[in-house]
Amino acid sequence: MRTVVIAFCLLLSPLAALAAGGPGPALQDANIDLKDKASLQRGAKYFANYCMACHSLQYMRYNRMAQDLEIPDDELRENLLFGDAKPGDLMTTSMRPEDGEKWFGTAVPDLTLVTRWRSPDWLYTYLKSYYLDESRPYGVNNLVFPDVGMPHALAHLQGLQKPIIEGGHGDGAQPHVVGVELVEPGILTVEEYDSMVRDLTNYLTYVGEPYKLERRSLGLYVLLFLGLMFLLTYYMKKEFWKDVH
Amino acid sequence: MSVDSAQPTPTGLLGWFDKRFPVMRVWNEHLAEYYAPKNMGLWSVFGSLALLVLVIQIVSGIWLAMSYKPSATEAFASVEYIMRDVNWGWLLRYMHSTGASFFFILVYLHMFRGLMWGSYKKPRELLWIIGVVIYLAMMATAFFGYLLPWGQMSYWGAQVIVNLFAAVPGIGEDLSVWVRGDYVISDATLNRFFAFHFLIPFLLAGLVFLHIVALHRVGSTNPDGIEIKENKDENGIPKDGIPFHPYYTVKDSVAFVVFLAVFSLVMFYAPDMGGLFLEGPNFQPADPLKTPEHIAPVWYFTPYYAMLRAVPPIAGSQFPGVVVMFAAILILFLVPWLDRSPVRSIRYKGNLSKIFLAAFAVSFVVLAYLGLKPASDLYTLLSQIFTVVYFAFFLLMPIYTKLEKTKPVPERVTT
Repeated sequence: MRTVVIAFCLLLSPLAALAAGGPGPALQDANIDLKDKASLQRGAKYFANYCMACHSLQYMRYNRMAQDLEIPDDELRENLLFGDAKPGDLMTTSMRPEDGEKWFGTAVPDLTLVTRWRSPDWLYTYLKSYYLDESRPYGVNNLVFPDVGMPHALAHLQGLQKPIIEGGHGDGAQPHVVGVELVEPGILTVEEYDSMVRDLTNYLTYVGEPYKLERRSLGLYVLLFLGLMFLLTYYMKKEFWKDVH
Repeated sequence: MSVDSAQPTPTGLLGWFDKRFPVMRVWNEHLAEYYAPKNMGLWSVFGSLALLVLVIQIVSGIWLAMSYKPSATEAFASVEYIMRDVNWGWLLRYMHSTGASFFFILVYLHMFRGLMWGSYKKPRELLWIIGVVIYLAMMATAFFGYLLPWGQMSYWGAQVIVNLFAAVPGIGEDLSVWVRGDYVISDATLNRFFAFHFLIPFLLAGLVFLHIVALHRVGSTNPDGIEIKENKDENGIPKDGIPFHPYYTVKDSVAFVVFLAVFSLVMFYAPDMGGLFLEGPNFQPADPLKTPEHIAPVWYFTPYYAMLRAVPPIAGSQFPGVVVMFAAILILFLVPWLDRSPVRSIRYKGNLSKIFLAAFAVSFVVLAYLGLKPASDLYTLLSQIFTVVYFAFFLLMPIYTKLEKTKPVPERVTT
């Protein structure tokens, strides 16, 4: 069945390529695994610690997440619930949109669907692509999201990167940033940081579509049933059409 | 009538109903004794499949409407609520969004089959016209429905399309305000679009009923494009006909199962279809102050969108493009009278017809692709060329169908 699915997706992949495309630097493969519960749990923890002060997941409920990620109730209450939030609540923040506009120049976006709107690879690359840029209010810019309003919240973990700039010598060619390189290491090694960002991406991909695994496993049963139905209807058709010449 | 003499009078419960309602007559006239050509082949299944998808859309749509909120402040969140908190809500939603695209795929194949077999030719002109009205109703339903998730693409797509009405000289501005119920796409627009999106599918079902009534009056065609009614045996049964039930009901069941498998592959494994069926920007709530970088309608509208962009504005007005776009759809009504060929099916038409039909199909697909992409000089030029090809198929039809030499049509259907 897997092969059938893959073959079908391959057949349609040119269509997908048409729809995707677009300019911008190449995205790195996030290489996430939605079945990796430990990674998802770490991602949930990182999100609560580093992101949730500003970013909400306003379409996601705490208890749904805890149930799917196999986080025990006491752990949920202790580590992941803020203020007077209850397990059945949506994962909102207390930050007001006006404050975001005042501090960052734009309202802080809700991240429930960020991986569906962008893509997991985009998010993974984005979190690794901050570089030093004096011209920006917070002193950093981003390769995949030019002039982003958000400061590099994970800078103390990743360290600081400087841009690799190319071009700008020929006639009218504008210099542009083609890559980044680490100039001042943070608390984490490069591998540790990559793995952390991968966990975060994995978690936000889960949050974007919490029923994704359920959808895939149900699909298999539906296709098996249809396979049986095919045999039944196919031979019935053959039997009835025997006398048509 | 032979119907009454051939069948024993039903007794029991069926008999009770049959005395009060023509159960047996309807059953026989439209299924058990409706004779369809035995050689219809694979291309004949798309009409039945489209009917299946209409049912899927109406049923899934009604259940979605039970949890959806047609309000600018709640619509986006209510869709996510359906996807996450409603039992099987994600399944209903993906079924509906996948169904919308498949409905168009099937209807495009069904229409192409009609063009190949010459299904619009006398006496099936009215059948064809009802079909084109169905297509228009489908497009209206899809357009109204696409606003409902209230994402960025919903919002700006509707903005662009409603603005087309503003290009009508003189009354344009007032017309677009009248359509929106406001000066911009707003809560008022969302409410009326929801009302129409709920209403039109039932009109569509009525039109489909008329389509089938008209079909059963004139009979189904076949790849040979010959009338099976002209060759009947001593009992008045067409020699090349077989009763729709059970022959085509069992055949269509196979088609239903195969189709549902393809449908399920998309619905369960690739509901976004790489951004074609569900566009990425539509996972962002509508923001009237933030225009997306690139606005494109959903793929089934993009051939016409490409034509709209291909026509250069005259005196700053987009109106000519709007005229061309609507003409591309409305010209379908004229096809029965544009085709002057003495034969019906492409099988027995000459090479010119074959070349023009192939060029038409290619132009439709290429325009759909171009309509998805941001405009560039090359793409605009290509759009212009293929718009000309698209119209050439129709406008030159009276000439090339008359000019070319046709092949002799057999007396009886071939297999």
